[in-house]
Amino acid sequence: MHMLAKRIIPCLDVDGGRVVKGVRFFDHVDAGDPVEQAKFYDQSGADELVFYDITASHEGRKIMADVVRRVAETVFMPITVGGGIRELSDATALIQAGAEKVSINSSAVRRPELISEISRKFGRCATVLGVDANRVQQSDGTEKWEVFINGGRVGTGRDVLPWVKEAEERGAGEIVLNVMNADGTLEGYDLEMTAAVSEAVRIPVVASGGAGKPEDMLRVLTVGKADAALAASIFHFRTCLIPDLKRFLQAQGVPVRVV
Amino acid sequence: MISIIDYGMGNLESVRKALALLGAPVQIVSDPESLRRSDKIILPGVGAFRDAIAALRKTGMDAAITEFIASGKAFLGICLGMQLLVDTGFEDGEHRGLSIIPGQCIRLTVDQPPLRLKVPHMGWNSLNFDPSHCAPLLAGLPADTYMYFVHSYHVVPADPKTVAATADYGVKVTAAITRDNVMATQFHPEKSQAAGRKVLENFLRV
Repeated sequence: MHMLAKRIIPCLDVDGGRVVKGVRFFDHVDAGDPVEQAKFYDQSGADELVFYDITASHEGRKIMADVVRRVAETVFMPITVGGGIRELSDATALIQAGAEKVSINSSAVRRPELISEISRKFGRCATVLGVDANRVQQSDGTEKWEVFINGGRVGTGRDVLPWVKEAEERGAGEIVLNVMNADGTLEGYDLEMTAAVSEAVRIPVVASGGAGKPEDMLRVLTVGKADAALAASIFHFRTCLIPDLKRFLQAQGVPVRVV
Repeated sequence: MISIIDYGMGNLESVRKALALLGAPVQIVSDPESLRRSDKIILPGVGAFRDAIAALRKTGMDAAITEFIASGKAFLGICLGMQLLVDTGFEDGEHRGLSIIPGQCIRLTVDQPPLRLKVPHMGWNSLNFDPSHCAPLLAGLPADTYMYFVHSYHVVPADPKTVAATADYGVKVTAAITRDNVMATQFHPEKSQAAGRKVLENFLRV
């Protein structure tokens, strides 16, 4: 039986139009060039690309639209852009430049109507909610899954599950859940929280934060009930090559697109 | 000249660039007169059925597309551009489509326990079609080719013979339609890497 493939998504951080922490090339290729990075991942069989704009300035957003345009002219695969999208006009510029989807995070918490605005104009399919979540121990000894904003620096007091449900109702078509306690640890995704989010909504959920090895991807796509797995370091440092990863997942019975 | 119809519904650049890289003379048009002068047309689109059909009506492009197709010249609809071809769309109410392919565009519901699949149908899914007897649009593609889909509504044509390929997602999703000079895909060839490029190349050849 045919099925929808689980997606493997590399994420690239972009600062002032340059990729920081991209894949390390062995030859004389400009590793800071978003187009070169995109070509590499396109050929590796990545299912989508996420570009995350870490430039916090207004000029940065204009540069980002240009980055998207150049990438979309070179590789023919779905591209999602996140970071710095505050208004519908920011989203419009990125989608017109060739992004398939835009991902909003802090600005959606501050003004949830932004989700509806983007969804009304470009459809649910183009509207992604990024959530930075933390497991926070409370004074009464219980644990709270809390939504953080501003790159994870500021707690909002909001619980993750009601927030993703609200986003779905407002028109989000996908959730990217980045669990910050796990992020950068290379010790594996937060399977429990990912599965809980995936069951709370009826839209696809992309797991992010913590991937260190192929087994982590396997677990989050099975036990963690994620529809896609996003990672940065393990791809960039070539700890894990996408063709090898997909063959591994396929051998374990996970539906993936092997190219 | 191949024309891509711009009616304000999303990004046309990927389609334009993909065709340009295949060596096709391509332009973006938004008025009936330019459309009439084209050899082939492509109707892309993302967004809502109602807004899209309203945008086409406002500029008279709906009639121009119908007339173009009646002239026998090649037409390719992509994603929303395929959905608009039917009689009725049921996204946010009930809206009349272009009535070029008899049928309906309905919400994708995949909720037959234990199957509880996510909607939108988002990502890479493989095509069901017979490569030895397939429509020219799909010529040269191996069986089970993966294409990129992203949609919450899907087309159910009245005549099953118009379905050139399906994809399995709880239900049989109509992945491609062909009827003489009318071709359409629910998936995005312009986002489906080499396999998608092959579909666009086939469209240039027909």
